[in-house]
Amino acid sequence: MKEKILAAIDKNSKITPSDLAVMLGADEKEVVKTIKELEDERIICGYPTLINWDRVQTEIVTAMIEVKVTPQRGLGFDKIAERIYMYDEVEAVYLMSGGFDLTVFIEGKSMQEVARFVSEKLSPMEAILSTSTHFVLKRYKQHGLHMDYKKEDERMSIIP
Amino acid sequence: MRNPLSETITRIQPSGIRKFFDIVSEMKDAISLGVGEPDFDTPWHIREEGIYSLEKGRTFYTSNAGLKELKIEICNYLNRRYDMEYCYENETLVTVGGSEAIDIALRAMIDLGDEVLIPQPSYVSYEPCTILAGGVPVIIDLKGENDFKLTRKELLDAITEKTKILIMPFPNNPTGAIMDYDDLKDLVDIIIEKDLYVISDEIYSELTYGQNHVSIASFPGMKERTIVINGFSKSYAMTGWRLGYAAGPSIIIEQMTKIHQYAIMCAPTTSQYAAVQALKEGDKDVEGMREAYDQRRRYLIHSIRNMGLECFEPLGAFYVFPSITSLGMTSDEFASKLLYEEKVAVVPGTAFGECGEGYLRISYAHSIENLKIALERIEKFVSRNKN
Repeated sequence: MKEKILAAIDKNSKITPSDLAVMLGADEKEVVKTIKELEDERIICGYPTLINWDRVQTEIVTAMIEVKVTPQRGLGFDKIAERIYMYDEVEAVYLMSGGFDLTVFIEGKSMQEVARFVSEKLSPMEAILSTSTHFVLKRYKQHGLHMDYKKEDERMSIIP
Repeated sequence: MRNPLSETITRIQPSGIRKFFDIVSEMKDAISLGVGEPDFDTPWHIREEGIYSLEKGRTFYTSNAGLKELKIEICNYLNRRYDMEYCYENETLVTVGGSEAIDIALRAMIDLGDEVLIPQPSYVSYEPCTILAGGVPVIIDLKGENDFKLTRKELLDAITEKTKILIMPFPNNPTGAIMDYDDLKDLVDIIIEKDLYVISDEIYSELTYGQNHVSIASFPGMKERTIVINGFSKSYAMTGWRLGYAAGPSIIIEQMTKIHQYAIMCAPTTSQYAAVQALKEGDKDVEGMREAYDQRRRYLIHSIRNMGLECFEPLGAFYVFPSITSLGMTSDEFASKLLYEEKVAVVPGTAFGECGEGYLRISYAHSIENLKIALERIEKFVSRNKN
């Protein structure tokens, strides 16, 4: 049941519990209860909207920063990751395998703002050895959804 | 001047849905639930394989019966999914859609005057193809009270000395009916005793809900008298690629291949390469699409029953087939009025045989969002026309 609900709302969190119940052949109360449990267990962590900011006047700059850090004794990477993700400017933080340790996504109003964050907040942290900043130029696809592409129904209207 | 047309062709009626098609295509903001093909695109990895084959310059004919690699994969698939054993060398034939397979199976087996049993409501091509092959279509009217399954009695009553072929159109377009193991078992002894051949159109075999499809050819004694027809259109959302296949005893497949060779040459090469990929790597895609259809199916049945319309639970394909007799309209009247008044197109049941009178075919090969809008309009229409 949990997996079925998660798969159904993964790409569309707007489905109402009553519709979801019908679609999954389940009881509505059961669906509501399960969703509540999933939220409590932090399996469902939120319901954000996927916005293509490129199409809005408001300018938003996103940067992906590769960060190398020194892990701290007994705390590993978690402590330093927390110190980074607590900043509001930070959109996402992932621990990585390979040539660097953390990927940090930063959102700002301008390149200057992002650059300032990196030089004034991120780089000076004691555990951080180096950063490498890459600005995002265009988003094509996010969360499995195409940003620009809207499919028209080109099928013939009546087919036996 | 002499009449240019053959007597046979003038006996065949044009498809009854043409009229609706013309109206819908002229109408702005009409939503059509009359579409008999998936709304999904062919999964990208399959499309890419087609593109790749073009890039590699694979633009030649394949052998008449189809690419060896594809036929091997077809046999693997039939074995993996339906527990049937076919030899790729002489028991399979790759065709231009399931449609061609239906046509040439009938042509390979019918002599003038042979009777072909066609359960209806069903897909529109069995009857004309039978007539064109010189056969005599004998219609079996399936009943709503039997969930549109073919019963033992209905089959027995229809058999005469001239009966040679039984068409088995399950999972069924337009009713969504399926025949499960027990339903089929009920018919098998009659088919063998009366020495009938079966053309089993299983094009919707991947779209059954809550249980797996069972092929009649998998029963003991049935493989040698059954042509199984299947294809890529519905299961892999590949309608435009025009690719299907037939599997059956070599004595029939060899003759079908002969007709195919003279009429068609071979199925499209690009599509055949893409289909190899579909069979090798496409199981997960099929599963995902089936789950999406199942959710819409439940949603549609729920909404239609809430309107007060009677609707049996279809367990296959992507159609529901509600009864509208409670509204005192014919299928045609309902469909026309609904189209003009609420701009929603559905197909009258009569397009699939006279016994489809009183029913509508509603397709759920549409996004939930579109279904919602259409269902709201249908509900308005139904409540306005209730007595």
